[in-house]
Amino acid sequence: MSVSSKEFCTSETAWCPGCGNFSILKCLKQSLEELGKDPHEVLLVAGIGQAAKTPQYLSANSFCGLHGRALPVAIAAKIANQNLTVIVNSGEGDSYGEGGNHFIHNIRRNVDITHFVHDNQIYALTKGQASPTSAEGHVTGVQTEGSMNTPLNPILMAIAAGAGFVARAFSGEPEQLVSIMKQAILYKGYSLVDILQPCISFNKINTFSYYQKRIYKLKSDYNPYDKVEAIKKALEFGNQIPMGVIYQAEKRTFHEKNSVLSSGVPLLDQHQDVSLIEKYIREFV
Amino acid sequence: MYNILIGGAAGQGVDTTCAILEKLLKQSGYHVFSTKDLMSRVRGGHNFTLIRFGAEEVASHSYILDGIVAFNQETVELHRSKLNSNGFILCDPSLSVEANNVVKIGMNDIAKKLGNPKVAGSISIGAILKLFGETLDHIRNVFAKVVKPEYLDINLKAVEIGYDSVEQQYPHKDGVYGDWMLLTGNQALSLGAITAGLKFYSAYPMSPSTSIMEYLAGKMTEAGIVVEQAEDEIAAINMAIGASFVGARAMTGTSGGGFCLMVEALGLSGMAEIPLVVADIQRPGPVTGLPTRTEQSDLNFVISASHGEFPRMVIALKNHADAFYQTIRAFNMAEKYQIPVIILSDQYLADSSATVEPFDINKIKRYCASEEQYDGEYLRYRFTTNGISPRLLPGTTKGFASADSDEHDERGWITESAEIRVQMMDKRLLKLKKLELELQEPEFIGNDSCETLFLGWGSTYGPIKEAVTILNRQSSKRFGALVFGDVYPLPVKYLTEKIKKAKRIINVEQNATGQFAQLIREKTGIVCTSSILKYDGRQISGEQIAEQVLKEAGK
Ligand SMILES: Cc1ncc(C[n+]2csc(CCOP(=O)(O)OP(=O)(O)O)c2C)c(N)n1
Ligand code: SF4
Repeated sequence: MSVSSKEFCTSETAWCPGCGNFSILKCLKQSLEELGKDPHEVLLVAGIGQAAKTPQYLSANSFCGLHGRALPVAIAAKIANQNLTVIVNSGEGDSYGEGGNHFIHNIRRNVDITHFVHDNQIYALTKGQASPTSAEGHVTGVQTEGSMNTPLNPILMAIAAGAGFVARAFSGEPEQLVSIMKQAILYKGYSLVDILQPCISFNKINTFSYYQKRIYKLKSDYNPYDKVEAIKKALEFGNQIPMGVIYQAEKRTFHEKNSVLSSGVPLLDQHQDVSLIEKYIREFV
Repeated sequence: MYNILIGGAAGQGVDTTCAILEKLLKQSGYHVFSTKDLMSRVRGGHNFTLIRFGAEEVASHSYILDGIVAFNQETVELHRSKLNSNGFILCDPSLSVEANNVVKIGMNDIAKKLGNPKVAGSISIGAILKLFGETLDHIRNVFAKVVKPEYLDINLKAVEIGYDSVEQQYPHKDGVYGDWMLLTGNQALSLGAITAGLKFYSAYPMSPSTSIMEYLAGKMTEAGIVVEQAEDEIAAINMAIGASFVGARAMTGTSGGGFCLMVEALGLSGMAEIPLVVADIQRPGPVTGLPTRTEQSDLNFVISASHGEFPRMVIALKNHADAFYQTIRAFNMAEKYQIPVIILSDQYLADSSATVEPFDINKIKRYCASEEQYDGEYLRYRFTTNGISPRLLPGTTKGFASADSDEHDERGWITESAEIRVQMMDKRLLKLKKLELELQEPEFIGNDSCETLFLGWGSTYGPIKEAVTILNRQSSKRFGALVFGDVYPLPVKYLTEKIKKAKRIINVEQNATGQFAQLIREKTGIVCTSSILKYDGRQISGEQIAEQVLKEAGK
């Protein structure tokens, strides 16, 4: 494998043929290449799950940590070295279920990372239990009478929590997905893209054709900066599912707000003055 | 050596009074050691601080009092039994106290007349300085550092009134130094972390670890450290791991309950071989336990926390100087072996202040792994003869690094190969072989040919040291002690040597089950003859250890 080329290499995966994850991986590779990123400048972070295997299949720096814990790792990596392009790929179970607390609070932090949630409305790796976005009534081996819980609306939640870039895409619409991915990566601050991704093995309800029948693209005159409109769009999830950048706003990033990081020098490269330590010691004398 | 207790309800200013008094006593040339006894409440209740000072070094507290400064009646009732026969009680006339040596000053009235009821504490400071034959030379300097400029004069006035209200009762003893440091265990630990090159600290507030985050946050901009209050301890440790993976020296700190939440990620650090320092400032458990008090009961937990098997190191802090130097060592060991290193401290050490020789930064060695430059394919988990694979920092070269919580091959890619699994497990555990050669043996205290050997670890160092001195003076038998700092892996060389001569081995621990004695038995087969265990949330003192030993010997 040549790593000096700008090309991101993908390797053989352990996904089922026909899985929506393939398209997401391909679109991610295309987005990074079109943005002119070098594999060594990119850090792909994930938790655990089928979607969370994505970093394993693309040549770049990668961190596959714990289920639900991709976000804290990703934001701290970005804090330590802001030259890295940090991208999280993980499932909705990982991102909104086990990692729900981090999801909310990292929106508040607004560290400049990109978060791609492969939302297949099911727990795939653990073989088909309900996920936070599974529809009410979805019958599984565990939810034998159908899921009784209200599904979470990640788009609405993210807007409500104050996220500055919130989008929805479909793995079956690669062209739009690449465009949204690129915008999300370029956005300064935390960006969320909830990507509808059919799981052919464990989700027999939200199939490729299920999504295809319902999705529609936001019109070209749609104004993502209008929060009230965005909330209305966020509420649409049923027979009509809008796709595109649903909400966008300019917000100060963590790095801009933090006095140690705002100079632009990566934390890693900031050198400490030994005389400071002598001074701190003297403060106790 | 003198020992006074200052007590009152939370909110009455005990803390500020003590903080200033300590500094003044230090300026007089005394060694000082002070420890806080706090209730977990913001107002009311009963809090007190013990301040011990003298011309000779002092390593721990004592419950035998030369004086009590009482801001409320409760302080008198609770502590008067521990007063020396000629000890004094200093209080306001509004308290009803009948004793030989009561010094009453109308502190509350005078303070009101001066225009601020809060300066009652300063009046008591003046009185104490006079009682112990000290001068007022340093009051302006010391107060200026603690109180706002607009309150400075009124406080100095209050000190003078207090000073003039009493007669000297104790001789001033000439101290030996003027320029030592006075700081708490958590401050020493934090300073150690900065000195080690800390760049990132993430934590969720939990007593008694919070003051680490506070100290570091105060230095954040100047020292170039990012201090982030995480949404929970799970986030805190995962953040530290993320920052460390990229190459920043990172640490998280908490107390036992928070450590419980960090456990899965501790294993991540072990599996993914990412350097990590975690400070566990122990308080009594289980769960919320006694939030503001002390215990040494997390030992069993931290040495085995997280599932599966991976190398780790646990260092217990013995005292303030140790807190500084060992924290630096923790960072070095974590980086060298790419493992999690846990620093075990406790509320007693965290919150007590002591005078220590200024830290010598020339003594400090900072271990930095050489960063590898890779243009070809980089193997994050390359098999090496010592188990340590060269580390590449993502983004710094053309190569790239991967970390994985799944079992992985040399590249860091998921594998289920039985063969690689075994090789990788062996590779990780191999690191311990080299680490074990670098362990620090416990400190030996006392008589070389001791018949009774105490075994202790961490913050009982001071009390044990004092107990050995008392016993060797008061008893015809010979006493010694081994106090461990490195507790996991356990260094056993000194232990097996010293044990040969000893007739009795007594483990001294701040827990109910003798966790350290169990560890020693597991690792060496050595069985302690008896135990001195304290688990009421209060730190054992040297006299208490000595008393217990003498009592048992008398039986
Ligand atoms: C702490 C913890 N709990 C549970 C698991 C088991 N687990 C692994 S993946 C997963 C859910 C995966 O669902 P999702 O994140 O939606 O990803 P998908 O597999 O559907 O892509 C669970 C519960 C785990 N690895 N760690
Ligand atoms: S189980 Fe579902 S999510 Fe996983 S690879 Fe197969 S289709 Fe994709």
